[in-house]
Amino acid sequence: MQNLPLPVLNPALFEDVANWFCQIPHSATIGLEFVMGERGHATLRVPYNTALVGNPRSGVLHGGVMTSLIDTTSALSVFSMLNEREAIATLDLRIDYLRGATPGQPVYCTAECYRLGRQIAFTRATAYQEGNDQPIAHGVATFMRESSQAQLGSKKEGA
Amino acid sequence: MVQLEILHAAKESGNYDSIIDQIPYAKLLGVVMREENGQPLFELPFSDHNIGNVHLPALHGGAIGGFMENAALLHLVWARESAEVPRTIDFSLDFLRSGKAQSLYARCDITKQGKRVANVRMTAWQEDENKPVAVARAHFLLS
Repeated sequence: MQNLPLPVLNPALFEDVANWFCQIPHSATIGLEFVMGERGHATLRVPYNTALVGNPRSGVLHGGVMTSLIDTTSALSVFSMLNEREAIATLDLRIDYLRGATPGQPVYCTAECYRLGRQIAFTRATAYQEGNDQPIAHGVATFMRESSQAQLGSKKEGA
Repeated sequence: MVQLEILHAAKESGNYDSIIDQIPYAKLLGVVMREENGQPLFELPFSDHNIGNVHLPALHGGAIGGFMENAALLHLVWARESAEVPRTIDFSLDFLRSGKAQSLYARCDITKQGKRVANVRMTAWQEDENKPVAVARAHFLLS
């Protein structure tokens, strides 16, 4: 029996980071929205927006938008397994583009942190659209834990 | 889809804004393209909307990746003189340093161009080209 869902480890931390991830300037620029989370998993989405198109003739979203969506969702999946706030940094991210996103529809991304090591977190993610079983993209990433002494998240010192 | 006349005019004048204008996401990021030593050089001028961490502040990893992918696509359009914008098959990105609140530059190298697929390497840096912020490689489907 695997993959039975559990709540995120620290709901207050997760919610705070999820909100923060969607509010950071570049996320707000592409319109990133939080959808849901559980232990080891996070789901975000990007609503369709013509400003995010890569090819105006087809209206398909640019691959760079998928990069942002997959990177952010993957990072959030790591936070679903953390008890305390820490800074993490993407080490590498690899994306396979399986099909163009259908214009006019939001794109969802669900990510799983399938291994949380002491220093490194490993994630895999799928970008998809409602009503189409064929994913748009697959992404795998690794994250360095405790990557920075800099304050992370929306809370300031002492908060 | 890039109109060849626009590409030729851009190469003639050295001003590639008209090419960028045809790719909405490149325009949103604020990508600037110019030629240096006969090769395209890309710049992502610093802008608040590309910030990922407001406390450092640092560029968003996704914006860095999006910028580099745009650079590779534009480099291919430039090199191939083709109206068709290639399609990304896969994209692999290594983050080496955090991107500071300043301009990010990128240069691309077509490692191999076949009939159907091209392999492109990208390097992005800020103050020193020998200290890259990120390196990436991608495969593109041509035509």
